Amino acid sequence: MTMAKSVNLTTVEGLTAALAAGNRRALARIISHIENNTHLARPLLAQLYPRSGQAHIIGITGAPGTGKSTLVNVLARVFRQRGLTVGIIAIDPTSPFSGGALLGDRVRMRDLAGDSGVFIRSMATRGSLGGLAQATADVIMVLDAAGFDRVIIETVGVGQSEVEIASTAYTTIVVEAPGLGDEVQAIKAGILEIADIFAVNKADRDGVDRTVMALKMMLNLGSPERFQVMHHGRMLAIDLPEVNALPTGWELPIIKTVATQGSGAEELADAIEAHRQFLAESGGRALRDRLRAATELRMILRDTLLEAQLAHLEPSFLEAVVDSVAQRQVDPYTAVQQLIHGA
Amino acid sequence: MERKIRVLVAKPGLDGHDRGAKIIARALRDSGYEVIYTGIRQTPEMIAEAALQEDVDVVGLSILSGAHMALVPRVMDKMKEMGMSDVLMLVGGIIPDEDVQALMDLGVTGVFGPGTLTHEIVSTIEQALAA
Repeated sequence: MTMAKSVNLTTVEGLTAALAAGNRRALARIISHIENNTHLARPLLAQLYPRSGQAHIIGITGAPGTGKSTLVNVLARVFRQRGLTVGIIAIDPTSPFSGGALLGDRVRMRDLAGDSGVFIRSMATRGSLGGLAQATADVIMVLDAAGFDRVIIETVGVGQSEVEIASTAYTTIVVEAPGLGDEVQAIKAGILEIADIFAVNKADRDGVDRTVMALKMMLNLGSPERFQVMHHGRMLAIDLPEVNALPTGWELPIIKTVATQGSGAEELADAIEAHRQFLAESGGRALRDRLRAATELRMILRDTLLEAQLAHLEPSFLEAVVDSVAQRQVDPYTAVQQLIHGA
Repeated sequence: MERKIRVLVAKPGLDGHDRGAKIIARALRDSGYEVIYTGIRQTPEMIAEAALQEDVDVVGLSILSGAHMALVPRVMDKMKEMGMSDVLMLVGGIIPDEDVQALMDLGVTGVFGPGTLTHEIVSTIEQALAA
Protein backbone atom coordinates (compact mmCIF):
# COMPACT_ATOMS: atom_id res chain seq x y z
CA MET A 1 0.00 0.00 0.00
CA THR A 2 3.02 2.30 0.14
CA MET A 3 3.44 2.20 -3.62
CA ALA A 4 -0.11 3.20 -4.44
CA LYS A 5 0.91 5.22 -7.48
CA SER A 6 2.92 2.57 -9.27
CA VAL A 7 0.05 0.14 -9.66
CA ASN A 8 -2.80 0.27 -12.13
CA LEU A 9 -6.10 0.12 -10.30
CA THR A 10 -8.28 0.47 -13.39
CA THR A 11 -7.95 -3.00 -14.89
CA VAL A 12 -8.90 -6.46 -13.68
CA GLU A 13 -5.27 -7.60 -13.90
CA GLY A 14 -3.96 -4.53 -12.08
CA LEU A 15 -6.55 -4.76 -9.33
CA THR A 16 -6.14 -8.47 -8.67
CA ALA A 17 -2.33 -8.22 -8.72
CA ALA A 18 -2.43 -5.28 -6.29
CA LEU A 19 -4.86 -7.17 -4.06
CA ALA A 20 -2.52 -10.14 -3.94
CA ALA A 21 0.25 -7.74 -2.90
CA GLY A 22 -1.87 -6.49 0.00
CA ASN A 23 -2.89 -3.15 -1.53
CA ARG A 24 -5.85 -1.94 0.53
CA ARG A 25 -7.01 0.62 -1.97
CA ALA A 26 -7.28 -2.13 -4.58
CA LEU A 27 -9.45 -4.07 -2.14
CA ALA A 28 -11.69 -1.04 -1.58
CA ARG A 29 -11.96 -0.46 -5.34
CA ILE A 30 -12.83 -4.08 -6.08
CA ILE A 31 -15.62 -3.94 -3.50
CA SER A 32 -17.00 -0.80 -5.18
CA HIS A 33 -16.98 -2.49 -8.60
CA ILE A 34 -19.01 -5.33 -7.14
CA GLU A 35 -21.43 -3.08 -5.26
CA ASN A 36 -22.02 -0.98 -8.36
CA ASN A 37 -22.08 -4.04 -10.62
CA THR A 38 -19.73 -2.40 -13.13
CA HIS A 39 -18.41 -4.19 -16.21
CA LEU A 40 -15.36 -5.23 -14.18
CA ALA A 41 -17.42 -6.94 -11.48
CA ARG A 42 -17.81 -10.34 -13.11
CA PRO A 43 -14.28 -10.70 -14.43
CA LEU A 44 -13.01 -9.72 -10.95
CA LEU A 45 -15.23 -12.29 -9.25
CA ALA A 46 -14.08 -14.94 -11.70
CA GLN A 47 -10.43 -14.17 -10.91
CA LEU A 48 -10.88 -14.02 -7.14
CA TYR A 49 -13.25 -16.92 -6.55
CA PRO A 50 -10.56 -19.62 -6.71
CA ARG A 51 -8.53 -17.71 -4.08
CA SER A 52 -11.41 -17.73 -1.60
CA GLY A 53 -12.55 -20.44 0.79
CA GLN A 54 -10.01 -19.99 3.58
CA ALA A 55 -11.75 -17.47 5.85
CA HIS A 56 -14.13 -18.36 8.63
CA ILE A 57 -17.24 -16.27 7.97
CA ILE A 58 -19.20 -15.04 10.96
CA GLY A 59 -22.65 -13.46 10.73
CA ILE A 60 -23.88 -11.17 13.49
CA THR A 61 -27.55 -10.33 13.55
CA GLY A 62 -30.19 -9.15 16.00
CA ALA A 63 -32.68 -6.37 16.55
CA PRO A 64 -31.57 -2.73 16.27
CA GLY A 65 -30.18 -1.45 19.56
CA THR A 66 -28.89 -4.78 20.84
CA GLY A 67 -25.32 -3.56 20.44
CA LYS A 68 -24.17 -5.49 17.38
CA SER A 69 -21.59 -2.93 16.22
CA THR A 70 -20.02 -2.63 19.64
CA LEU A 71 -19.89 -6.41 19.89
CA VAL A 72 -18.19 -6.62 16.48
CA ASN A 73 -15.66 -4.09 17.74
CA VAL A 74 -14.66 -6.10 20.83
CA LEU A 75 -14.81 -9.41 18.99
CA ALA A 76 -12.46 -8.13 16.31
CA ARG A 77 -10.12 -6.90 19.03
CA VAL A 78 -9.99 -10.38 20.57
CA PHE A 79 -9.27 -11.95 17.18
CA ARG A 80 -6.46 -9.45 16.62
CA GLN A 81 -4.94 -10.28 20.01
CA ARG A 82 -4.96 -13.90 18.87
CA GLY A 83 -3.01 -12.95 15.77
CA LEU A 84 -5.90 -13.29 13.31
CA THR A 85 -6.70 -10.71 10.65
CA VAL A 86 -10.30 -9.51 10.40
CA GLY A 87 -12.45 -8.18 7.57
CA ILE A 88 -15.73 -6.55 8.55
CA ILE A 89 -18.82 -5.72 6.51
CA ALA A 90 -21.32 -3.50 8.33
CA ILE A 91 -24.71 -3.15 6.67
CA ASP A 92 -27.17 -0.33 7.24
CA PRO A 93 -30.46 0.35 5.46
CA THR A 94 -30.90 2.52 2.40
CA SER A 95 -33.64 5.12 2.77
CA PRO A 96 -36.55 4.09 0.56
CA PHE A 97 -37.37 7.77 0.05
CA SER A 98 -34.10 9.26 -1.09
CA GLY A 99 -32.06 6.19 -2.04
CA GLY A 100 -29.36 7.52 0.26
CA ALA A 101 -28.03 5.89 3.41
CA LEU A 102 -26.44 6.91 6.67
CA LEU A 103 -23.81 4.34 7.55
CA GLY A 104 -22.79 4.86 11.14
CA ASP A 105 -21.32 1.58 12.35
CA ARG A 106 -17.74 2.84 12.22
CA VAL A 107 -18.49 5.14 15.15
CA ARG A 108 -18.52 2.08 17.40
CA MET A 109 -15.52 0.47 15.77
CA ARG A 110 -13.00 3.25 16.33
CA ASP A 111 -10.76 0.99 18.43
CA LEU A 112 -9.92 -0.86 15.24
CA ALA A 113 -8.63 2.23 13.41
CA GLY A 114 -5.00 2.23 12.42
CA ASP A 115 -4.67 -1.55 12.50
CA SER A 116 -3.58 -2.89 9.12
CA GLY A 117 -4.91 -6.31 10.13
CA VAL A 118 -8.46 -4.98 10.04
CA PHE A 119 -10.51 -3.77 7.08
CA ILE A 120 -13.98 -2.32 7.64
CA ARG A 121 -16.44 -1.66 4.85
CA SER A 122 -19.90 -0.13 5.32
CA MET A 123 -22.59 -1.26 2.89
CA ALA A 124 -26.06 0.11 2.26
CA THR A 125 -28.91 -2.28 1.49
CA ARG A 126 -29.75 -0.34 -1.71
CA GLY A 127 -33.14 -2.01 -1.74
CA SER A 128 -32.82 -4.12 -4.84
CA LEU A 129 -34.85 -7.28 -4.45
CA GLY A 130 -32.64 -10.22 -3.63
CA GLY A 131 -29.68 -8.24 -4.88
CA LEU A 132 -28.42 -7.37 -1.44
CA ALA A 133 -27.80 -10.93 -0.43
CA GLN A 134 -25.87 -11.61 -3.62
CA ALA A 135 -23.78 -8.42 -3.46
CA THR A 136 -23.01 -9.15 0.18
CA ALA A 137 -21.99 -12.72 -0.57
CA ASP A 138 -19.71 -11.42 -3.31
CA VAL A 139 -18.08 -8.83 -1.03
CA ILE A 140 -17.56 -11.49 1.65
CA MET A 141 -15.87 -13.60 -1.00
CA VAL A 142 -13.55 -10.71 -1.91
CA LEU A 143 -12.49 -10.21 1.73
CA ASP A 144 -11.96 -13.97 1.96
CA ALA A 145 -9.83 -13.91 -1.22
CA ALA A 146 -7.91 -10.93 0.18
CA GLY A 147 -6.66 -13.27 2.88
CA PHE A 148 -8.50 -12.21 6.02
CA ASP A 149 -8.66 -15.05 8.55
CA ARG A 150 -12.05 -14.05 9.93
CA VAL A 151 -14.75 -12.18 8.03
CA ILE A 152 -17.49 -10.68 10.19
CA ILE A 153 -20.73 -9.51 8.64
CA GLU A 154 -23.04 -7.34 10.67
CA THR A 155 -26.57 -7.16 9.30
CA VAL A 156 -29.32 -4.58 9.82
CA GLY A 157 -31.33 -6.77 12.13
CA VAL A 158 -34.71 -6.91 10.44
CA GLY A 159 -36.30 -8.80 7.61
CA GLN A 160 -35.89 -11.80 5.41
CA SER A 161 -32.63 -10.60 3.88
CA GLU A 162 -31.08 -11.29 7.29
CA VAL A 163 -31.73 -14.95 6.89
CA GLU A 164 -30.29 -14.96 3.39
CA ILE A 165 -27.17 -13.13 4.44
CA ALA A 166 -26.73 -15.35 7.46
CA SER A 167 -26.82 -18.38 5.22
CA THR A 168 -23.52 -17.15 3.79
CA ALA A 169 -21.89 -17.41 7.21
CA TYR A 170 -20.44 -20.55 8.74
CA THR A 171 -21.21 -19.32 12.24
CA THR A 172 -24.21 -17.11 12.90
CA ILE A 173 -24.49 -15.18 16.16
CA VAL A 174 -27.89 -13.84 17.14
CA VAL A 175 -27.60 -10.92 19.57
CA GLU A 176 -30.33 -10.35 22.13
CA ALA A 177 -30.52 -7.78 24.89
CA PRO A 178 -32.69 -7.60 27.99
CA GLY A 179 -35.53 -5.15 28.04
CA LEU A 180 -36.09 -4.92 24.30
CA GLY A 181 -39.61 -6.24 24.20
CA ASP A 182 -40.75 -9.79 24.64
CA GLU A 183 -39.26 -12.89 23.13
CA VAL A 184 -42.24 -13.47 20.87
CA GLN A 185 -40.89 -10.70 18.64
CA ALA A 186 -37.73 -12.67 18.09
CA ILE A 187 -39.71 -15.79 17.28
CA LYS A 188 -41.82 -13.86 14.82
CA ALA A 189 -38.76 -12.44 13.14
CA GLY A 190 -37.57 -15.99 12.56
CA ILE A 191 -34.00 -15.21 13.45
CA LEU A 192 -33.73 -17.62 16.36
CA GLU A 193 -33.59 -20.56 13.97
CA ILE A 194 -30.48 -19.30 12.25
CA ALA A 195 -28.39 -19.01 15.42
CA ASP A 196 -25.33 -21.13 16.05
CA ILE A 197 -24.49 -19.00 19.08
CA PHE A 198 -26.60 -16.63 21.14
CA ALA A 199 -25.06 -13.54 22.68
CA VAL A 200 -27.11 -11.82 25.35
CA ASN A 201 -25.55 -8.38 25.30
CA LYS A 202 -25.95 -5.58 27.84
CA ALA A 203 -25.77 -8.32 30.46
CA ASP A 204 -25.18 -5.76 33.19
CA ARG A 205 -28.81 -4.73 32.86
CA ASP A 206 -31.84 -5.90 34.77
CA GLY A 207 -33.71 -8.78 33.24
CA VAL A 208 -30.69 -10.53 31.74
CA ASP A 209 -31.45 -13.79 33.49
CA ARG A 210 -35.01 -13.72 32.23
CA THR A 211 -33.77 -13.27 28.66
CA VAL A 212 -31.31 -16.15 29.04
CA MET A 213 -34.03 -18.34 30.54
CA ALA A 214 -36.44 -17.54 27.73
CA LEU A 215 -33.82 -18.47 25.13
CA LYS A 216 -33.04 -21.73 26.92
CA MET A 217 -36.71 -22.65 27.05
CA MET A 218 -37.16 -22.00 23.39
CA LEU A 219 -34.14 -24.09 22.51
CA ASN A 220 -35.55 -27.01 24.50
CA LEU A 221 -38.82 -26.92 22.58
CA GLY A 222 -37.43 -28.58 19.49
CA SER A 223 -35.41 -31.78 19.48
CA PRO A 224 -31.84 -31.18 18.33
CA GLU A 225 -32.31 -33.20 15.15
CA ARG A 226 -35.35 -31.30 14.13
CA PHE A 227 -33.65 -28.05 14.91
CA GLN A 228 -30.71 -28.90 12.72
CA VAL A 229 -32.89 -29.93 9.84
CA MET A 230 -34.96 -26.79 10.13
CA HIS A 231 -31.84 -24.78 10.43
CA HIS A 232 -30.58 -26.00 7.10
CA GLY A 233 -34.00 -26.51 5.61
CA ARG A 234 -34.38 -22.83 5.00
CA MET A 235 -31.18 -22.79 2.98
CA LEU A 236 -32.12 -25.77 0.86
CA ALA A 237 -32.66 -24.76 -2.69
CA ILE A 238 -32.95 -28.23 -4.17
CA ASP A 239 -33.42 -31.59 -2.60
CA LEU A 240 -30.09 -32.87 -1.46
CA PRO A 241 -29.70 -36.38 -0.12
CA GLU A 242 -27.00 -35.11 2.23
CA VAL A 243 -29.63 -33.42 4.34
CA ASN A 244 -29.94 -36.64 6.29
CA ALA A 245 -26.25 -36.55 7.02
CA LEU A 246 -26.22 -33.08 8.51
CA PRO A 247 -24.15 -33.14 11.66
CA THR A 248 -25.94 -32.92 14.94
CA GLY A 249 -24.50 -32.53 18.37
CA TRP A 250 -23.76 -28.83 18.43
CA GLU A 251 -25.15 -27.44 21.64
CA LEU A 252 -26.05 -23.80 21.17
CA PRO A 253 -24.12 -21.71 23.65
CA ILE A 254 -25.75 -18.70 25.24
CA ILE A 255 -23.09 -16.17 26.14
CA LYS A 256 -23.58 -13.09 28.27
CA THR A 257 -21.66 -10.06 27.09
CA VAL A 258 -21.24 -6.42 28.01
CA ALA A 259 -19.77 -5.18 24.75
CA THR A 260 -19.10 -1.65 25.97
CA GLN A 261 -16.73 -3.10 28.59
CA GLY A 262 -15.47 -5.94 26.47
CA SER A 263 -16.64 -8.56 28.94
CA GLY A 264 -17.73 -11.87 27.46
CA ALA A 265 -15.81 -11.18 24.25
CA GLU A 266 -13.19 -13.86 24.95
CA GLU A 267 -15.92 -16.43 25.63
CA LEU A 268 -17.73 -15.41 22.46
CA ALA A 269 -14.55 -15.77 20.40
CA ASP A 270 -13.95 -19.18 22.05
CA ALA A 271 -17.46 -20.29 21.13
CA ILE A 272 -16.92 -19.20 17.52
CA GLU A 273 -13.66 -21.13 17.35
CA ALA A 274 -15.36 -24.17 18.91
CA HIS A 275 -18.10 -23.99 16.30
CA ARG A 276 -15.52 -23.66 13.54
CA GLN A 277 -13.80 -26.76 14.90
CA PHE A 278 -17.13 -28.58 15.14
CA LEU A 279 -17.98 -27.78 11.52
CA ALA A 280 -14.58 -28.93 10.33
CA GLU A 281 -14.66 -32.23 12.23
CA SER A 282 -18.29 -33.09 11.57
CA GLY A 283 -18.11 -32.31 7.87
CA GLY A 284 -20.57 -29.50 8.45
CA ARG A 285 -18.41 -26.95 6.73
CA ALA A 286 -18.34 -28.88 3.47
CA LEU A 287 -22.10 -29.35 3.72
CA ARG A 288 -22.70 -25.68 4.30
CA ASP A 289 -20.49 -24.89 1.31
CA ARG A 290 -22.53 -27.30 -0.81
CA LEU A 291 -25.84 -25.84 0.36
CA ARG A 292 -24.61 -22.33 -0.14
CA ALA A 293 -23.46 -23.15 -3.66
CA ALA A 294 -26.91 -24.59 -4.41
CA THR A 295 -28.68 -21.50 -3.02
CA GLU A 296 -26.36 -19.13 -4.79
CA LEU A 297 -26.64 -20.87 -8.14
CA ARG A 298 -30.40 -20.91 -7.89
CA MET A 299 -30.46 -17.21 -7.10
CA ILE A 300 -28.14 -16.27 -9.96
CA LEU A 301 -29.98 -18.58 -12.34
CA ARG A 302 -33.28 -16.95 -11.43
CA ASP A 303 -31.91 -13.45 -11.98
CA THR A 304 -30.21 -14.40 -15.23
CA LEU A 305 -33.30 -16.09 -16.64
CA LEU A 306 -35.43 -13.12 -15.62
CA GLU A 307 -33.08 -10.70 -17.35
CA ALA A 308 -32.93 -12.84 -20.47
CA GLN A 309 -36.69 -13.18 -20.59
CA LEU A 310 -37.25 -9.45 -20.09
CA ALA A 311 -34.62 -8.63 -22.69
CA HIS A 312 -36.49 -10.28 -25.54
CA LEU A 313 -39.93 -9.02 -24.57
CA GLU A 314 -41.41 -6.18 -26.63
CA PRO A 315 -41.85 -3.33 -24.12
CA SER A 316 -45.24 -2.50 -25.64
CA PHE A 317 -46.37 -6.13 -25.25
CA LEU A 318 -45.22 -6.12 -21.61
CA GLU A 319 -47.08 -2.85 -20.99
CA ALA A 320 -50.24 -4.25 -22.56
CA VAL A 321 -50.12 -7.35 -20.35
CA VAL A 322 -49.54 -5.18 -17.27
CA ASP A 323 -52.61 -3.13 -18.25
CA SER A 324 -54.76 -6.21 -18.72
CA VAL A 325 -53.78 -7.47 -15.24
CA ALA A 326 -54.35 -4.04 -13.67
CA GLN A 327 -57.79 -3.89 -15.30
CA ARG A 328 -58.58 -7.40 -14.06
CA GLN A 329 -59.05 -8.84 -17.52
CA VAL A 330 -56.36 -11.46 -16.98
CA ASP A 331 -55.06 -12.96 -13.74
CA PRO A 332 -51.32 -12.56 -13.08
CA TYR A 333 -50.50 -16.27 -13.47
CA THR A 334 -52.13 -16.50 -16.88
CA ALA A 335 -50.42 -13.23 -17.76
CA VAL A 336 -47.01 -14.71 -16.96
CA GLN A 337 -47.77 -17.65 -19.24
CA GLN A 338 -48.58 -15.11 -21.97
CA LEU A 339 -45.31 -13.31 -21.34
CA ILE A 340 -43.34 -16.53 -21.60
CA HIS A 341 -45.17 -18.19 -24.50
CA GLY A 342 -46.64 -15.18 -26.29
CA ALA A 343 -50.30 -14.18 -26.27
CA MET B 1 -27.23 -1.37 -9.74
CA GLU B 2 -26.63 2.34 -10.13
CA ARG B 3 -23.48 3.96 -8.87
CA LYS B 4 -23.97 5.85 -5.61
CA ILE B 5 -21.92 8.83 -4.51
CA ARG B 6 -20.20 7.94 -1.23
CA VAL B 7 -19.26 10.63 1.28
CA LEU B 8 -17.24 10.32 4.48
CA VAL B 9 -18.26 12.79 7.19
CA ALA B 10 -15.70 13.11 9.96
CA LYS B 11 -14.78 15.37 12.83
CA PRO B 12 -11.04 15.71 13.29
CA GLY B 13 -9.54 17.30 16.37
CA LEU B 14 -10.72 17.56 19.90
CA ASP B 15 -13.95 19.51 19.89
CA GLY B 16 -16.95 17.32 20.57
CA HIS B 17 -19.64 19.39 18.90
CA ASP B 18 -21.02 16.98 16.35
CA ARG B 19 -24.52 18.35 15.80
CA GLY B 20 -23.57 20.15 12.59
CA ALA B 21 -21.80 17.08 11.24
CA LYS B 22 -24.81 14.90 11.98
CA ILE B 23 -27.21 17.35 10.34
CA ILE B 24 -25.05 17.45 7.22
CA ALA B 25 -24.79 13.66 7.21
CA ARG B 26 -28.56 13.35 7.29
CA ALA B 27 -29.09 16.05 4.69
CA LEU B 28 -26.68 14.33 2.31
CA ARG B 29 -28.41 11.00 2.88
CA ASP B 30 -31.69 12.70 2.01
CA SER B 31 -30.05 13.89 -1.19
CA GLY B 32 -29.44 10.27 -2.18
CA TYR B 33 -25.82 9.88 -1.09
CA GLU B 34 -24.34 7.05 0.92
CA VAL B 35 -22.87 8.81 3.94
CA ILE B 36 -20.33 7.12 6.18
CA TYR B 37 -20.29 8.87 9.53
CA THR B 38 -17.24 8.24 11.68
CA GLY B 39 -17.94 10.37 14.73
CA ILE B 40 -15.85 12.73 16.80
CA ARG B 41 -12.16 12.97 17.73
CA GLN B 42 -10.79 11.40 14.59
CA THR B 43 -7.10 11.69 13.83
CA PRO B 44 -6.03 12.55 10.27
CA GLU B 45 -4.73 8.98 9.97
CA MET B 46 -8.10 7.53 10.98
CA ILE B 47 -9.94 9.73 8.49
CA ALA B 48 -7.65 8.91 5.59
CA GLU B 49 -7.79 5.19 6.36
CA ALA B 50 -11.59 5.22 6.60
CA ALA B 51 -11.81 7.14 3.30
CA LEU B 52 -9.62 4.50 1.70
CA GLN B 53 -11.52 1.48 3.05
CA GLU B 54 -14.89 2.97 2.16
CA ASP B 55 -13.70 4.09 -1.29
CA VAL B 56 -15.49 7.42 -0.98
CA ASP B 57 -15.79 10.13 -3.63
CA VAL B 58 -15.92 12.95 -1.09
CA VAL B 59 -14.54 13.63 2.40
CA GLY B 60 -16.34 16.24 4.49
CA LEU B 61 -14.54 17.56 7.56
CA SER B 62 -16.44 19.39 10.27
CA ILE B 63 -14.19 21.61 12.37
CA LEU B 64 -15.40 24.05 15.00
CA SER B 65 -12.28 24.24 17.12
CA GLY B 66 -10.37 26.75 14.99
CA ALA B 67 -7.66 24.20 14.24
CA HIS B 68 -8.62 23.88 10.56
CA MET B 69 -5.33 25.29 9.23
CA ALA B 70 -3.50 22.57 11.12
CA LEU B 71 -5.91 19.66 10.62
CA VAL B 72 -7.00 20.00 6.99
CA PRO B 73 -3.47 19.90 5.49
CA ARG B 74 -2.63 16.87 7.64
CA VAL B 75 -5.68 14.95 6.42
CA MET B 76 -4.92 15.92 2.82
CA ASP B 77 -1.26 14.89 3.13
CA LYS B 78 -2.26 11.51 4.53
CA MET B 79 -4.72 10.99 1.71
CA LYS B 80 -2.19 11.99 -0.92
CA GLU B 81 0.27 9.54 0.64
CA MET B 82 -2.31 6.78 0.23
CA GLY B 83 -2.95 7.68 -3.40
CA MET B 84 -6.25 9.47 -2.92
CA SER B 85 -5.58 12.93 -4.34
CA ASP B 86 -8.65 12.46 -6.55
CA VAL B 87 -11.05 12.44 -3.59
CA LEU B 88 -12.94 15.74 -3.10
CA MET B 89 -12.34 17.56 0.17
CA LEU B 90 -15.02 19.74 1.75
CA VAL B 91 -14.70 21.65 5.01
CA GLY B 92 -17.54 22.86 7.19
CA GLY B 93 -17.59 24.83 10.41
CA ILE B 94 -16.48 28.17 11.73
CA ILE B 95 -13.83 29.24 9.23
CA PRO B 96 -12.70 32.92 9.12
CA ASP B 97 -12.88 34.49 5.65
CA GLU B 98 -9.13 34.89 5.40
CA ASP B 99 -8.66 31.16 5.89
CA VAL B 100 -11.23 30.15 3.28
CA GLN B 101 -8.98 31.16 0.38
CA ALA B 102 -5.99 29.51 2.04
CA LEU B 103 -7.94 26.24 2.28
CA MET B 104 -9.08 26.51 -1.33
CA ASP B 105 -5.46 27.06 -2.34
CA LEU B 106 -4.57 23.82 -0.58
CA GLY B 107 -6.99 22.02 -2.90
CA VAL B 108 -10.17 22.02 -0.81
CA THR B 109 -13.20 22.02 -3.14
CA GLY B 110 -15.61 23.89 -0.88
CA VAL B 111 -15.76 25.60 2.50
CA PHE B 112 -19.15 25.94 4.16
CA GLY B 113 -20.04 28.05 7.18
CA PRO B 114 -23.08 28.11 9.43
CA GLY B 115 -26.37 28.61 7.59
CA THR B 116 -25.24 26.85 4.42
CA LEU B 117 -28.15 25.26 2.56
CA THR B 118 -27.85 21.58 1.71
CA HIS B 119 -28.37 22.17 -1.98
CA GLU B 120 -25.29 24.42 -2.08
CA ILE B 121 -23.20 21.52 -0.81
CA VAL B 122 -24.90 19.07 -3.16
CA SER B 123 -24.38 21.26 -6.22
CA THR B 124 -20.73 21.80 -5.29
CA ILE B 125 -20.26 18.02 -5.10
CA GLU B 126 -22.13 17.31 -8.34
CA GLN B 127 -20.25 20.00 -10.27
CA ALA B 128 -16.86 18.87 -8.99
CA LEU B 129 -17.55 15.19 -9.67
CA ALA B 130 -18.84 15.96 -13.16
CA ALA B 131 -15.71 17.96 -13.99
